[in-house]
Amino acid sequence: MAKMTLDELRKLRETKKIEMDMRSPENKSIHIIVGMGTSGIAAGAKQTLNAFVEELNEHGLTEVAVRQVGGMGLDHAEPTVEVRVPDMPTVIYGRVSADIARKIVRKHVLGKQLVNEHIFDRPAADIVEGNR
Amino acid sequence: MAFHHYILVCGGTGCESSKAGDLFNQIAIALDKENLRDGVQLVKTGCFGFCEKGPIVKILPDEAFYVNVKPEDAAEIVQEHIVKGRPVDRLLYREAESKEHARFDDISFYQKQFRIVLRNCGAINPESTEEYIARDGYLALEKVLTSMTPDDVIAELKKSGLRGRGGAGFPTWRKWEFTKAVQEETKYVVCNADEGDPGAYMDRSVLEGDPHSVLEAMAISGFTCGASKGFIYIRAEYPLAIRRLQIAIEQATAMGLLGDNILGTDFSFSIEIRLGAGAFVCGEETALLASIQGERGMPVPRPPFPAVKGLWQKPTVINNVETWANIPVIITRGGDWFAKVGTEKSRGTKVFALTGKIQNSGLVEVPMGTTLRDIIYNIGGGIPDGKAFKAVQTGGPSGGVITAEYLDTPIDYEHLQELGSIMGSGGMIVMDEDDCMVDVCKFYLGFTVEESCGKCAPCRVGGRKLYNILDRITKGQGKQEDLAKIEDIGHAMQRASLCGLGQTAPNPVLSVMKYFREELEAHITEDKCPAGVCKDLVHYFILPDKCIGCTLCARRCPVNVISGERKQIHEIDQSGCIKCGECYDACKFGAVVRR
Repeated sequence: MAKMTLDELRKLRETKKIEMDMRSPENKSIHIIVGMGTSGIAAGAKQTLNAFVEELNEHGLTEVAVRQVGGMGLDHAEPTVEVRVPDMPTVIYGRVSADIARKIVRKHVLGKQLVNEHIFDRPAADIVEGNR
Repeated sequence: MAFHHYILVCGGTGCESSKAGDLFNQIAIALDKENLRDGVQLVKTGCFGFCEKGPIVKILPDEAFYVNVKPEDAAEIVQEHIVKGRPVDRLLYREAESKEHARFDDISFYQKQFRIVLRNCGAINPESTEEYIARDGYLALEKVLTSMTPDDVIAELKKSGLRGRGGAGFPTWRKWEFTKAVQEETKYVVCNADEGDPGAYMDRSVLEGDPHSVLEAMAISGFTCGASKGFIYIRAEYPLAIRRLQIAIEQATAMGLLGDNILGTDFSFSIEIRLGAGAFVCGEETALLASIQGERGMPVPRPPFPAVKGLWQKPTVINNVETWANIPVIITRGGDWFAKVGTEKSRGTKVFALTGKIQNSGLVEVPMGTTLRDIIYNIGGGIPDGKAFKAVQTGGPSGGVITAEYLDTPIDYEHLQELGSIMGSGGMIVMDEDDCMVDVCKFYLGFTVEESCGKCAPCRVGGRKLYNILDRITKGQGKQEDLAKIEDIGHAMQRASLCGLGQTAPNPVLSVMKYFREELEAHITEDKCPAGVCKDLVHYFILPDKCIGCTLCARRCPVNVISGERKQIHEIDQSGCIKCGECYDACKFGAVVRR
């Protein structure tokens, strides 16, 4: 990308905000967000990520975005994954092995049901989103 | 099939033991009775923390958080909350301080943590500058470049009350002001990412999860203090953090957020990464600067302080990763907003790395002034396996221990210092009844001895002497006069060492002398290690009246020194015993004892 001016930065921020803001009704896509910090990767987050991609491909789920983020600090529950599906509460899953990842795709994304035993609490309210 | 409600019942071990399983079944029965199975999903979750207040029930999407829920409350929750849509007031979690009911519509009402530093960790792709920008990234830099003078920035930092998060807690605005005040053509901005305390990894997580927040803050500092060059000093053993920093710097430079004429203004600022070899002493600022210059990482006496004469003798602002990560938020939200968080003298939040004997280990960011009890029990979920809390070690090898009686002390710079510990970088290692305090001290001293750069005698010689004394004590060769010697040497090191490493190295042992003197004395006078850790002082025996001759211990013994026929009393041959404790753990009848 070329060097931006102030105006371009502001414009980019607005467009990206809309893209990332799952609460806007136009954007109905599903997000699977995998924590890929050192502790997540050590606990197997790469395998988890691969399992998500494979399982989504198998079911032809192209509207699902798989995103990588840093760790959120829930080290006792790594690998952690946030799942955002429209009309369902956003939840954080912990101890997501490759098998559980496949289960999340089948049960949560396709079946619209939460997966037992793997939901953990969001550590804190989001001060950035809360600001909007 | 879409559900309109989700009832989450905590399935952590703490909640399970207080009848969460029964509660789960009762809710299921209540849902069946009301014919709600198609509209409500009942889910068992992982541990939510807050174990003291368990069992916990959370209802989504309403975000209602119920605590201390009993099986007999199940029907009421289903009927009132799900059917009639009114929360069951008496069970809603209340904030301990205000004693007011948590507000039903406020989604943050029960949140235990408050995340400023970690705001983007786990929320954005650290390799995408655009995602950072979408979450108000580079908004602070934009604000500074378009509408603030350097004095405005410093005034805002002063209002915020931000103090250095690397350990010492020096007011950040003053550092910046010192450097700004010096009339020099060339100045530098440095990020100290040489995180070295055993058990602390918040800086790594910030750099891995949100590298741009540090870059943005450094650019703001460059604008404020008149520097156009920044360095990030990071240890080579953080490869992922380094890679993400490199990507972030490349992308930001390509987008005109770093480099020449940032965002079309006449302000230019570039950042370079310098790798350290992982020496603990290089976290000390003068040693760090020497290392960036390509010299051996050894501290030099201060003053002059780096703010005036730093990198290549030029004025240098040097802050720690966590400090930097706070700055964009202070600029965008304002110093007043930031100052509302925390205590009077310690504003804002602190990230702690909670490790050791704790249920939910991980990174915890809480407002300054939060009590240890809240951190350990409500967020950390308490001690595993029902063991008793013994102490928490804060501040790593430079800190001290805090005992159970001080669990309700608010955690900030001043209170920790009063207790003989320090904030340090925020490592928090929890210890239970099975941890020997002498052994813990020996571990930390072993670390500082290893990491001492050797330049000054108090640290080099004193540290070794202290370590040798502790080593003797753990082997049952301690002498009565050792305690006085530890104090003498420790105090000399505190006064005479050149830098923080030596000055603080005796802190763990002095703090243990203060709070666990009996444990030290037991090692010396009775040749006993009360926690059963120091191998030379521990012996395992089989009580003849309790042994039923099940042979389990003999089969578990890795060195085969337990003898005895089936249904006969067993015996341990002390000469061959390696004191691994396998027999102790294996015996179901309490016949194996540790003395």
